[in-house]
Amino acid sequence: MKQNLKQRIALIVAVLLVFLFGIFRIPEGISGKALLAAMQKQIHLGLDLQGGVHLILQVQVQEAVSDETDSAAARVRDTLKTGGFTYSQVIKPDPNKPELIEIDGTAAEKASDVRSLLDGKFSNEYDLNAGGTENSWTLTMKPVVEKDLEQKTVGQAIETIRDRVDSLGTFEPIIAPYSLGANQILVELPGVSDLDKVKGLIQSTARLEVHAVMGGDGQGFQDEQAALASVNGALPPDQYIVPCQGDMACHGNPNTVYILGRAPVVSGTDFRSADPSTNSNTGGQIVRFTLTDEAGERFWDYTNANVGKYMAIVMGGHAREVAVIKNGIRDTGEIEGSFTESEVTMLSKMLRTGALPASLVFLEDRTVGASLGADSIREGVTAAVVGVLVVMAFMLIYYKSSGINADLALFLNLVILLGFLGFSGATLTLPGIAGVILTIGMGVDSNVLIFERIREEIRAGKAASAAVDQGFANAWRTIVDTHVTTIVSAAMLFLFGTGPVRGFATTLTFGLLANLFTAVYVSRVIFEAHLNKLKPGEMVSI
Amino acid sequence: MEFFRGVNVNWLGWKWYFLAFSMIFSVAGISKMCWNWSHIGTPVPLSVDFRGGTEVYVQFVNRPDSEAIRKAIDAAGINDARIQNYDDPRLNEVLISLPRQSDESSLDTGRQQIVNALHSHYNNPFNDAGIKVDSVGATVGHQLESQATRAVLWSMLGMLVYLWFRFQLIYGVAAVVACFHDTLITVGAFALFSKEISLTVIAAILTLVGYSMNDTIVVFDRIRENLRLSRREPLPDLVNRSINQTLSRTVLTSGLTFITVLSLYIFGGEVLKGFSFALVVGILIGTYSSIAVAAPMLVAWQEFRSGKGKAALPSAAKRGR
Repeated sequence: MKQNLKQRIALIVAVLLVFLFGIFRIPEGISGKALLAAMQKQIHLGLDLQGGVHLILQVQVQEAVSDETDSAAARVRDTLKTGGFTYSQVIKPDPNKPELIEIDGTAAEKASDVRSLLDGKFSNEYDLNAGGTENSWTLTMKPVVEKDLEQKTVGQAIETIRDRVDSLGTFEPIIAPYSLGANQILVELPGVSDLDKVKGLIQSTARLEVHAVMGGDGQGFQDEQAALASVNGALPPDQYIVPCQGDMACHGNPNTVYILGRAPVVSGTDFRSADPSTNSNTGGQIVRFTLTDEAGERFWDYTNANVGKYMAIVMGGHAREVAVIKNGIRDTGEIEGSFTESEVTMLSKMLRTGALPASLVFLEDRTVGASLGADSIREGVTAAVVGVLVVMAFMLIYYKSSGINADLALFLNLVILLGFLGFSGATLTLPGIAGVILTIGMGVDSNVLIFERIREEIRAGKAASAAVDQGFANAWRTIVDTHVTTIVSAAMLFLFGTGPVRGFATTLTFGLLANLFTAVYVSRVIFEAHLNKLKPGEMVSI
Repeated sequence: MEFFRGVNVNWLGWKWYFLAFSMIFSVAGISKMCWNWSHIGTPVPLSVDFRGGTEVYVQFVNRPDSEAIRKAIDAAGINDARIQNYDDPRLNEVLISLPRQSDESSLDTGRQQIVNALHSHYNNPFNDAGIKVDSVGATVGHQLESQATRAVLWSMLGMLVYLWFRFQLIYGVAAVVACFHDTLITVGAFALFSKEISLTVIAAILTLVGYSMNDTIVVFDRIRENLRLSRREPLPDLVNRSINQTLSRTVLTSGLTFITVLSLYIFGGEVLKGFSFALVVGILIGTYSSIAVAAPMLVAWQEFRSGKGKAALPSAAKRGR
């Protein structure tokens, strides 16, 4: 029995250490300050506690759909032209239905040919139907394709925003789809207080451009002097010197510069998408991109005339990447330039995030001033600590020595709960603190239930050991029922709620699981240890 | 030390008083909510989370003068602003509210206008960085409302099903009715005292639902145990005995939890006021409802069923271990 007890105590101490680790990881020192700092790194505070900026944006996905159907309409015109079919117009009849394209005025006798031609080219993404009037057709984007496009647009918007927000250097920003409404994005930036700056940053169209490289080719010049020397000090007015940024352009020398054509060949809004890929022939890493139709025309003219020459991707006034033009590029193309896999991923991202895919509308914005946030933490923590201390003191008075069991169990409960939060990286918000309060309440309740039962058994005349056994056995049923019911409720809240409601559900569930462990197992072990020390016939102090 | 040794109160005998008490507060709450509905458009005052609008919290260096602030804001052409002092007067904090804009793109202009107006027309310095602003467009507020309600209803359903499984259907129903009763009276209290309901208050209401359920189940569990032990005892006596047996635990737990939330209400600061108020009312009502609503409902159901010649409740005893 004693051996068993030692093992159980060891288990409890191990659990305690594991969860303390979850709260603090390895702290710098044991002082109060060091511990607090370690804890702050692990346990993330929500905006309402920390102060910061909270935004909800809606991505106007219909713009992306509209862009897509615009280019599809252009392809329809091309297809009909090259097939030799006449038509009077290809339009989008309803601005509120961007997924609909109408083709009017085809020759009546060619109807079946038109149908098979359009079907062949567009049936993957569009449904072809006869139009309302004579000799007209409609192409409607398939709902599945439309949904896919919308999701992709939101995903792209998130990446763009993330990139831009990164430049603020915020610690742990949250940029995620907001599950409440369609195509909404949640942005939370703790510790940031300038709301206008953030909104401007997010909504701005960042300037990403492709320029022709006039001098310096793929490697650039050592520095500005060398660049000027190459043109004998006289730079033509339509060229300019651009510094490099990042390894891909700088090649280890931060002073590297390039001479580029001033007017951009292609700029940010001209890119429709960019994805990393591999060249099937050489196995090298490449970036596949698509441009808008109009930009595609321009780019075709430029690249056809400049095969073998270099072009530079310029962002924020710095050359970020220089690549060789392998062949004429219309609107889809590849950029290859001895990249590594991580480089193409980054480059694709840069190209993609150069432009917002659709405009953003702000649905909600809040700032919590940092000082106000800190105040509410301080006040809340003080109040909670006062409350818990009163409870602990009371337990000692009312239940005498057994009160210590309850207090230890409560303390361990809080450690485990905070440890859970530290491990899972969940964010603690004010509603989360409500969950902690309920946990404390139910924790106290569990202990009281057990102790009252033990008292009842003692009153009924049982000996110390039997009373403790029966007390736990009877109370266990009740504790299981109350805890499972509440956990079921928390699960529902988690499933159907978002944000704060979820935060509440999470801390509650963690707390209740911790409670099941501490109020029953831990408390029992402490009782057993105590019972072992009793002389025969002596009663537990309760 | 022990408080409740050998208590023997006839709780069920008081059931008509309990019913009257509950009815009075429910009706008072409901009537105030109806009055609110016709006067402010919603049954309870809603915070900016739900109703949308712009709220700017400004902390001034010197004591703020509401009249002067109102003049400053009017001078900038902003009408319908509501100005009130906020929190401890020593903090010199003011809350300026603008109603919901129908057009989401103008969400930000309200805040900037207020800040500019204060800077230009009111001579009382304030810290720009310390300003707290909440701007909520109509869409999000509405979504939040419906989603929060749905989540709560689903969670109640989940609990009812579990209790049905562990006890018997009537237990689940009685427990959920008690929770509804508690929520109604708590929300009614908010209506009566004209306090705003925000998202954190919703979290508090979820907490009190959990707490009330906890309390009710403890009593039910004892009833189930006693049913197993003594088949012959008339149900009202058995229920009374069960309540008396758990009274010590009930008062203790409720008392201790109440002290904690009371401490939160008194010391916890302005931001938590609505939250802690809901908990203070909720803990009291939650404890009350287990004895005054859930238990009598069980007995009434049994009497209704046995009037039809069927003994319904004892079968619950078979289900618990």
